[in-house]
Amino acid sequence: MRQSFVPVLTVLTFLVVLWYAAAVWLNAPWAHDRATRSGEVLTTQTLIADTWSQDKPKLPAPHQVATEIWQTTVEKNITSKRSLVYHAWVTLSATLLGFVLGTGLGVLLAIGIVYNRVMDMSVMPWVIASQTIPILAIAPMIIVVLNAVGVSGLLPKAMISMYLSFFPVVVGMVKGLRSPDAMQLDQMRTWHASAAQSFWKLRLPASMPYLFTSLKIGMAASLVGAIVGELPTGAVAGLGARLLAGSYYGQTIQIWSALLVAAALAAALVGIIGIVQRVTLKRMGMS
Amino acid sequence: MAFGNSADVMASKTDGATPIGGRDAATEAVISARNLDLTFQTNDGPIHALKDVNLDINKGEFVSFIGPSGCGKTTFLRVMADLEQPTGGTVTVNGVSPQEARRSRAYGYVFQAAGLYPWRTIGGNIRLPLEIMGISKAEQAERVARVLELVELAGFEKKFPWQLSGGMQQRASIARALSFDADILLMDEPFGALDEIVRDHLNEQLLKLWARTRKTVAFVTHSIPEAVYLSTKIVVMSPRPGRITDVIDSPLPHDRPLEIRETPEFLEVAHRVREGLRAGHADV
Repeated sequence: MRQSFVPVLTVLTFLVVLWYAAAVWLNAPWAHDRATRSGEVLTTQTLIADTWSQDKPKLPAPHQVATEIWQTTVEKNITSKRSLVYHAWVTLSATLLGFVLGTGLGVLLAIGIVYNRVMDMSVMPWVIASQTIPILAIAPMIIVVLNAVGVSGLLPKAMISMYLSFFPVVVGMVKGLRSPDAMQLDQMRTWHASAAQSFWKLRLPASMPYLFTSLKIGMAASLVGAIVGELPTGAVAGLGARLLAGSYYGQTIQIWSALLVAAALAAALVGIIGIVQRVTLKRMGMS
Repeated sequence: MAFGNSADVMASKTDGATPIGGRDAATEAVISARNLDLTFQTNDGPIHALKDVNLDINKGEFVSFIGPSGCGKTTFLRVMADLEQPTGGTVTVNGVSPQEARRSRAYGYVFQAAGLYPWRTIGGNIRLPLEIMGISKAEQAERVARVLELVELAGFEKKFPWQLSGGMQQRASIARALSFDADILLMDEPFGALDEIVRDHLNEQLLKLWARTRKTVAFVTHSIPEAVYLSTKIVVMSPRPGRITDVIDSPLPHDRPLEIRETPEFLEVAHRVREGLRAGHADV
């Protein structure tokens, strides 16, 4: 941890400097336009100050985004519709439900593929085909169809999360459940172990490292799914709704703060899985 | 010893359908193969892994199978263990078919690699077959302690496999094969991946263990000194097709210090094994 502190900080500083520079470059035309219209003369200093403090900049400066995030998280009541915490929670709940459903579906499909020859031959192409469809195209369909049958709110979004997150779990778990070699399977046979015993005592524990890798990818995909699922719901609530509303009204600062909160959320979720992974594998003597 | 092609009486009984016929043979022969054939169908055509193999292994014997790779020695062992199905002839283990023997957990099988589960401790690994066989917790603990002591690994129960050397891992794997008290021990080049010094040590230990437990051992190896040092009977095999070319009853005494390998008797047996291997190679 300590060794990575300095490099991480260096990269971060570099990115922030780059961001400020880009803000000046992208927002300068607007500042010039306005100055020309009002007949002001811009010095370099006033130009930079202007580009970093516009209301609807092309690229908001980091401190503008930071202020926005501060105001919409700490300074707002979390039950308020203007609170990013509220919106993040809406997205998080759909993400987590979709993740749990996706992981469950993924594990079940993987077990089917490993144990059933017919499924082995038939399911995988469909699983792969399902991921070649752009999620942006299918998400509105899922929302509309589910709405038509009376399902609305959390579940449709969770379904889209599930749709994205089951894929890495299937692929990883098929590989994981097949990771025991022929000798280990022969060994089970010499003990006359049942299929269930081979599964619980050999295949499942052997697949754990694969599972955790898949879960990390699945969690990130699940968050993307939840955000995408919020876009066609008419911008009611959630980080996706904030993004959509921001783009309707040109609120770039709002867009960027929603983006950053989404990124932080993803990092936290993947980080939590990483910790569970480390603890589990250490307990299993596999790290 | 009943080695040869004249097996009319034995050949009449098939895959355990008439267990009564096998019973009197079982009184002396624990493992018995008659006219055994096994052909693998591969993309490059059929491979004759075993051809007309006849052999009896008696109770308490230590039988080594030696031969170049491709001679079918491992295949033969796997047939005894019901891991391969013969395409002709019969095998009986304890008087029944290999499948029934496997189901009644009649043998412990030691593979070339220790194959310990990295997520289980040494104790946990040895407990694994006991858990599968539904043995009570108390007895599991008692048996784990006993077999760990047998292979001189007492005190390592709580260690994980990666904390042990290769030789110790293989001893743990032998302990695991011993844990459920099968009378037969099938060993497929268990020390093949270990260095000479560790191997000598393990050979010595294995002989002691065999003397203490009086198990019937079938042991596959490609080392002549190992085969001669360990065995009461050495089966020499040769490839294409895999077959038995010689069966040597060892004249060496039961009590064998490592130094016995310098004696003329030992060298004479080793010489005969080498001749057998060479002869098998010549008529290919």
